[in-house]
Amino acid sequence: MANVMEIYQLLPKTNCKECGKSTCMAFAVDLLARKVKVDDCIPLVNEEKYKDNYEKLSEIIAPVGDVTETGLIVHDDKCIGCGNCVVACPVNVANDPQGAGSGKAPTSDKVIFKVEDGVVKARNVEECRRFGENKILCVACIDTCPTKAIEFV
Amino acid sequence: MTEYYVCPGCALLCDDIEVEIEDGKVTKVNSACRKGVARMKGCSDPMECTVDDEKTDVDAAITKAADILREAKDPLIFGHGNSSSQAQQLSIDIAKRTGAYLDDTSSFCQGPIIEAILQDKLKTCTLDDIRHKADVIVFWGADPSNSHPRHLSRYSYFPRGNERQRGWEEDRTAIAIDIRKSDTAEICGQSNFYRIPMAADAEFMEALVSALSGKVPKTSFDFDKKKILQLANVLKKAKFGVICVGLGLVYSLDELEPLFILMDKLNEVSSFHLLPMVGQYNMRGFNQNLFDKTGYINRVKFDGEDNSVKHGADFSVIESLRNRSVDAALIIGSDPLSSLPLSVARYLAEIPLITIDPCRNLTATKSTVTIPCALSGVEAGGTAMRMDGVEVELKKVIDTDNLTDEEILRRIKEAI
Repeated sequence: MANVMEIYQLLPKTNCKECGKSTCMAFAVDLLARKVKVDDCIPLVNEEKYKDNYEKLSEIIAPVGDVTETGLIVHDDKCIGCGNCVVACPVNVANDPQGAGSGKAPTSDKVIFKVEDGVVKARNVEECRRFGENKILCVACIDTCPTKAIEFV
Repeated sequence: MTEYYVCPGCALLCDDIEVEIEDGKVTKVNSACRKGVARMKGCSDPMECTVDDEKTDVDAAITKAADILREAKDPLIFGHGNSSSQAQQLSIDIAKRTGAYLDDTSSFCQGPIIEAILQDKLKTCTLDDIRHKADVIVFWGADPSNSHPRHLSRYSYFPRGNERQRGWEEDRTAIAIDIRKSDTAEICGQSNFYRIPMAADAEFMEALVSALSGKVPKTSFDFDKKKILQLANVLKKAKFGVICVGLGLVYSLDELEPLFILMDKLNEVSSFHLLPMVGQYNMRGFNQNLFDKTGYINRVKFDGEDNSVKHGADFSVIESLRNRSVDAALIIGSDPLSSLPLSVARYLAEIPLITIDPCRNLTATKSTVTIPCALSGVEAGGTAMRMDGVEVELKKVIDTDNLTDEEILRRIKEAI
């Protein structure tokens, strides 16, 4: 996963403010959180000398269809549908111990992860331990993914 | 109540698959991994029924296939890993009647391990035992994250079981022994990954046995002794251990003796079981069926006249093709022209060849007769045997116009 400095190094670093942010660093932070898009940096897109950087950055910041409210992203192209996250997620286990928690197909509607058509889909994200007031930085789904298909931003 | 189906994608035979059907086609498959989804959604390139590259009907193709087998002196019947047990039984009958060489993919896969298990030389257990009891799981030369994607999540590492209520976090230890850092090794973590040089498995086993006996483990490749002792300690403390044997280990061992010694030693100090990581969904079923009938699991040659059975490496699919000792071949649900070395498989294209498969493959393009069959587990039911030897009933999901491989083989048998 990219870090903010890596992203910053690839930006023009001119603090031109064309994107509406006060500095390139601020843009880098928002880019990492997927609040802005790579294309929002106008000089990077338009100026020939930044072409390489633009391409690199577009690669790092994989386009994301919909980031969930907890910042959870599942990269469909990487996911192999093994279901490790489905079984390892503590919320899934608590809500569906006989189904998802025991390695079988989820039997409850309250699970966060479910494999559909070979790719894991996130739902009920409000149940995620990373959500809400008492959130904790749980990484059960990231650690157990063999292909690094899950990411939090 | 949701209707669950069985996935024929690999020998895990996951039985918790939900499907959505539209216009007689499977449109959505839930809970299955990518491999399973691809299998259950069917062929992208279905095979046609042909004789000498010309389209024909099934009856003509079956008659021609029976003629080829009847006229051949030493036909070869090969494949079987993707057929139901019922079809496999018929295949054995046809081999008996025609005096054929009979083999399956286990011949160059998990054959030796399954043979040892069926002969009670190795202690084994079921996948459900693993889920409920296993606390130390060793993946040796195996990478289930790629070969059996749901192995870890359904049985071996992540799920909660009766005696393993806290699952992977506290109750289980997964260990990977491999020549490269596989995706499975990644999950096991750096401290539980043992990277060994190529073909050094036997030596590593020897060192491990020394460590288990309290001696200093020495290896010619200078493996960190502390790390081996550490591994020995984990294995010793196991209450219910499992070694999942992958092809990496099978190919690396010239003979199984080092594995027997290691298993004996492990069972002296703790309790260890062995699980073969079978690939095709019913390969183990074929081994079992043939074992029940002949006492051998693969590589047999029937004698047409006195019904005697010969067994040995010379009768394997590889050797029989290399020695050009077969004069016709029937391939069921397999693609030897793609999977075998070309120098060996090339001979198949020179002899009358019959392919029974739902999908077009390279072998089919070189075949004299091709007969499309129903995709078992999706378009047809039947029985199959999981990698751990448990029988699972496959369920039919959708209808098809194609005959099942069982029906095709029955009609070929009758025609002969």
